[in-house]
Amino acid sequence: MSQVESQTSKVSPVEEDQLSGAVVAEESDLLARLRAGDERAFEALVETHHGTMIAVARTYVRTRAVAEEVAQEAWLGVVKGIDRFEGRSSLRTWILRILVNTAMGRGGREARSVPFSSLGNEQDEPAVEADRFRPPGAAFAGHWNAYPGDWSSLPEEALLGRETLDVAKQRIEELPDAQRAVITMRDIAGCSADEVCEVLDISAVNQRVLLHRARSKVRAGLERHLDG
Amino acid sequence: MASSPDHITCQELVEQVTEYLDGALSVEETELLEQHVNFCEGCDWYLDEMRRTIATGNRLREVHVPDKVLQPLLTAFRERRQS
Repeated sequence: MSQVESQTSKVSPVEEDQLSGAVVAEESDLLARLRAGDERAFEALVETHHGTMIAVARTYVRTRAVAEEVAQEAWLGVVKGIDRFEGRSSLRTWILRILVNTAMGRGGREARSVPFSSLGNEQDEPAVEADRFRPPGAAFAGHWNAYPGDWSSLPEEALLGRETLDVAKQRIEELPDAQRAVITMRDIAGCSADEVCEVLDISAVNQRVLLHRARSKVRAGLERHLDG
Repeated sequence: MASSPDHITCQELVEQVTEYLDGALSVEETELLEQHVNFCEGCDWYLDEMRRTIATGNRLREVHVPDKVLQPLLTAFRERRQS
């Protein structure tokens, strides 16, 4: 992969920026190892992306079992295509695009018709329940009735302990599929907003609404666990 | 949103947090939000909770892939070079 190539590609300025310097070097090194048949590099690649792939696949197919099959099939596509990868996007984006194409290629009853069609309800869900704020007409309407907790005063292990991580994991698992896919890509895998939009083919606004709802629910779940 | 131009309420602020953290608010909106947080302990804590929620997500990156998934992929990877 060369700088010139990435300049002529379709990736957004943000992604181009992220692909610069050290990241490009690291990725071309990884790519060279994969092409040379380095099994440990491939194993690490699978371990890095497999969980995200399942989360994304679940937005396109009906069951987790089918999503796992789709991820498996997509990996075979990655193996076949690795010599043809041109570095026009990050390796991760390329892998996730293969996954989405594999999922969408599943016809019939396994596929969902329009995975990201219904943002209607999500627009109306408040991040925090309305009764946590002073009601309209009251003095200081819209300001906190009851403050959220001060997590900075909690001991480190309360927030980062296994039990709390399990609560977060469970809350993410319970999210609607599209919200789960977006929060998994952004907060677990560390994708940029642009990368999510490109992979899932959604608008920047939809990406942000889905992420906002997802994070708000995970925060609320953690709040019940930590403050309750 | 029915907010007067010189301040936002806590209830409005919690809906802008994701845009704020992504740097997607306008300069004016960012100023209003930061001004509010400077004077409101509840929203300061809320913003901190959201940052810590994101940090929790960072720690959920699973690295264990079951053998029954990994082994067939490694086999395919190995065979790729021979085909």
